[in-house]
Amino acid sequence: MSYLEYKVQTIPTGARKILHANWAVALLLTAVACVGFLMLTSVAGGDASRWAEPQMKRFALGLVVMMAVGMVPIWFWRNMAGIAYLGAFGLLLLVEFFGTVGMGAQRWIDLGFMRLQPSEVMKIALVMILAAYYDWLPMAKVSRPFWVLMPVGLILLPTALVLKQPDLGTAILLVAGGGIVMFCAGVSWWYFIAVVAAGVGLVAAIFSSRGTDWQLLKDYQFRRIDTFLDPSTDPLGAGYHITQSKIALGSGGWTGKGFMQGTQSRLNFLPEKHTDFIFTTLAEEFGFIGGFSLLILYGLIILFCVASAVQNSDRFGALLTLGVAATLFLFFAVNMSMVMGLAPVVGVPLPLVSFGGSAMLVLMGAFGLVQSAHIHRSRSR
Amino acid sequence: MKRSSKENEESAGLVTRRGLVLAGLQLGFMSILGLRMRQMQVEEADNYRLLAEENRVNMRLIPPSRGIIYDRNGVSIATNTQNYRIVIVREDVPDVDETIAKLRQLVLLDEDELEKSLREMYRRSPFVPVTLADRLTWEDVAEVAVNAPALPGVTPDVGLSREYPLGADFAHIVGYVGPVSDYDLSKLTDPDPLLQIPKFQIGKIGVETKLETQLRGQAGTKRIEVNAAGRVMRELGREEYTPGTDLQLTIDHGLQNFAQARLANESAGAVVIDIETGDLVAMASSPSFDPELFVRGISTTNYRSLTENKYRPLFNKAVQGLYPPGSTFKMMTGLAALRHNVIGPKETVWCPGHMAFGGRRFHCWKRGGHGWVDLDTAITQSCDVYFYEAAQRTGIDNLAALCHEFGLGERFDLPVSAVREGIVPSTKWKAQVRGEQWFPGETLNTAIGQGDVLTSPLQLAVMTARIASGKAVVPRLVKSINGVEQSLEQADPMQINSSHLRMIQQAMYNVSNGRRGTARRSRIVAEGMEMAGKTGTSQVRNITAAERARGVVRNDQLPWERRDHGLFVGYAPFDKPKYAISLIVEHGGGGSSAAAPPARDILLYALYGDVPPIEAYPSDQRERIKTMLAELPVRPRQQPAKTPSRA
Repeated sequence: MSYLEYKVQTIPTGARKILHANWAVALLLTAVACVGFLMLTSVAGGDASRWAEPQMKRFALGLVVMMAVGMVPIWFWRNMAGIAYLGAFGLLLLVEFFGTVGMGAQRWIDLGFMRLQPSEVMKIALVMILAAYYDWLPMAKVSRPFWVLMPVGLILLPTALVLKQPDLGTAILLVAGGGIVMFCAGVSWWYFIAVVAAGVGLVAAIFSSRGTDWQLLKDYQFRRIDTFLDPSTDPLGAGYHITQSKIALGSGGWTGKGFMQGTQSRLNFLPEKHTDFIFTTLAEEFGFIGGFSLLILYGLIILFCVASAVQNSDRFGALLTLGVAATLFLFFAVNMSMVMGLAPVVGVPLPLVSFGGSAMLVLMGAFGLVQSAHIHRSRSR
Repeated sequence: MKRSSKENEESAGLVTRRGLVLAGLQLGFMSILGLRMRQMQVEEADNYRLLAEENRVNMRLIPPSRGIIYDRNGVSIATNTQNYRIVIVREDVPDVDETIAKLRQLVLLDEDELEKSLREMYRRSPFVPVTLADRLTWEDVAEVAVNAPALPGVTPDVGLSREYPLGADFAHIVGYVGPVSDYDLSKLTDPDPLLQIPKFQIGKIGVETKLETQLRGQAGTKRIEVNAAGRVMRELGREEYTPGTDLQLTIDHGLQNFAQARLANESAGAVVIDIETGDLVAMASSPSFDPELFVRGISTTNYRSLTENKYRPLFNKAVQGLYPPGSTFKMMTGLAALRHNVIGPKETVWCPGHMAFGGRRFHCWKRGGHGWVDLDTAITQSCDVYFYEAAQRTGIDNLAALCHEFGLGERFDLPVSAVREGIVPSTKWKAQVRGEQWFPGETLNTAIGQGDVLTSPLQLAVMTARIASGKAVVPRLVKSINGVEQSLEQADPMQINSSHLRMIQQAMYNVSNGRRGTARRSRIVAEGMEMAGKTGTSQVRNITAAERARGVVRNDQLPWERRDHGLFVGYAPFDKPKYAISLIVEHGGGGSSAAAPPARDILLYALYGDVPPIEAYPSDQRERIKTMLAELPVRPRQQPAKTPSRA
């Protein structure tokens, strides 16, 4: 039962919807975004206008988008799921041909006022289509092979396109996000065990393909894996990012070096410090306390989303909420693992904190879906 | 689509269960993240903090200012001067070509240097300052400073560089500094990190290199914060350098300058030593060279012209030049004979102009012979036959032992380059070096300072000082270090009979004052300043029997390389010896004509402490001497830069 709920058993209508929004999640999102503003100011050397202000404007826009999406009944979004998926897929095909080349990979479409990364949109669209699929699929068929292959196909099609860009980080997030929705929908454990086993086999295949004609990853991706496994082999080359990131994080200590006092970030030892490596600056300047607090904020968002989902007897809404929360989780878990040296550098931003336009807007839109699911949840239990 | 409420409930329950499992897994992974964070930031924090400090803090060396070298009066010989230069920082320059073009209109730029600098600039990081032009005048730098707005990224700068205000006069003694080379590094075992600084200047020859460790000083350090690209962000702290030690030499700059000027047109070397203290007051070697050519980096053309000059300007004739001493050696032969009592003080020897020995004829320089000669006459008139006889009676090893006592064949430990030991032949020497037996005829050649005997002007000056004082005078070049006067050891008395010494001194007096003395024309007439001396003419060729039959060719008709060396050793005042001199003019002809006159002038300068008064010269020479002295390119004596002694 939501704390704002006062004996309303029916779905609220009109302006009353606002009262029934998941305010805890909205508040937590804002708190995380504020951490982002602070850190963006710090890495710009105290100059808020460089990254923090544009980020604030986008976040404000994001809040509006979230509430707007949240006001729309959830069944509308369920009906939109197919269109969203097809649209996102179309955009992915588009970047394949017209995308702008950035950071060694074709990733975005320049819309003029912002750069749209179709893979970002796809993450949410995939969650939507899978949630809608399992909403439609009778329970008895969930674990039948044919009905398992359908969503697997839905996941792998865009993944293949994203891999071709190539964007390993997003591909992993797509597979993991889709898999989580399937898991929540109740697909048998055995499938997941089989997939993990196959994954291990694939990793082995990838490594054995190295240097052959059918090499499955690009050389730079192999190098990233190498340096992840042993950063010290190349401390000034490819391992530099990981090594410097770990130094920054570790040297923060309990309480950190203080706002704008992080030597590693201020003296440019950190790479991409306003995007993928922003957590390092936070951990350096505010220490364990700062870093752990952000982790708790994220954790609370996950918990409130899960709480909303378990209260929701509407399958689409519940799966969508869990899927969006999982997407958020995957973002920050992969990002933090990366900067702590637990995962290779794959180029995943820290959600709502890293500077970046489309990722934030898409994520806020996704939380709009969470809001919609929450507001319009089925209260009949 | 309509579903039964049972299925709906069942599915909701499944989603809830799976959702909670998922939440559990997610929280689990977040705990791993939290623990990892704790491990890095709490347990291993000190480690990472150290690494972060190492990243950010760099140590830079601050080169110390080199010790200053003064003459005995405190006049600067080697100093550090402000070196104005123009520095460019690439990242601040919008258009390099345009800026260089503008700069060219303001300052005269050396094209080779400029090209080198520009190449360096493009090689280095864009924020590293690169020197475009060096050793500019203050006016040039001011010009650049005034036009600074039109020249972004170009700044005037000032550093220290070595300067030798007395130029060529001290080139052989003090030497010069130059940028440390790979060759220097391979040779030095010195771990001083200063040597790793590009273009750091170290002593290359002379006092500059021999006393390098004292002169260099200790580097200072500054701790600076750098960013990832190596750009200096700020200075965190600094420790100042310890400047190099100042040195004061025993040389008198005025005398040195006079000696260099007096010998300017010859290939010559001269050493003046203070008989009482052993102070070397002048060590001239002519011709000399401008040491600053080397400090700046000498061009191949200039270097070739120095090395190909037959007068060998780079060669320090005062300590490095080894010459047969000729007749200046005869005091040694005479003293040895007296010491071993093989010839009486008044004993005479018949000189028919030659001496037959071992089937060979040993000639006297005077073909008609000197008749009956005693020691005094033999020295005064430089009779060869007398000394043939004396040496033959004394034996070569006795003679050699005496020579060593007087400093011949000895290497004096002076802080200048290439101090050489020379050769005093003996039976032992010949066995060791040549692996041959000594032939008695060689003793005769040695007796008159020919044959194998080789001495440097420094050794001859020491010998003369020891004859004049009867004490084992030890030469020294460094008067004080960092204002602390070097202790003067009282010279030990020589193990020589003083009456024998007096005989030799008297004979030397007669050489330059006696009626028939070989250096009579070079006498000093000033009261109490009289000079004693000995001329020498050493052959650099063998006079063949055929030549002798034809009549020995006059020196000035021979090519320069084959002419005799002219030597002179002497001291003054005779009554109270103060300064001893030795002087050699390479291929200058006879000692009395080539070496004795400049030696007298230099000795007089030493005695008077300035260009000598005309009254010191015999009246018939005064007109000529006056003109000669007036024409000498002598620099007026300098005032001391400052009192070099620091309390």
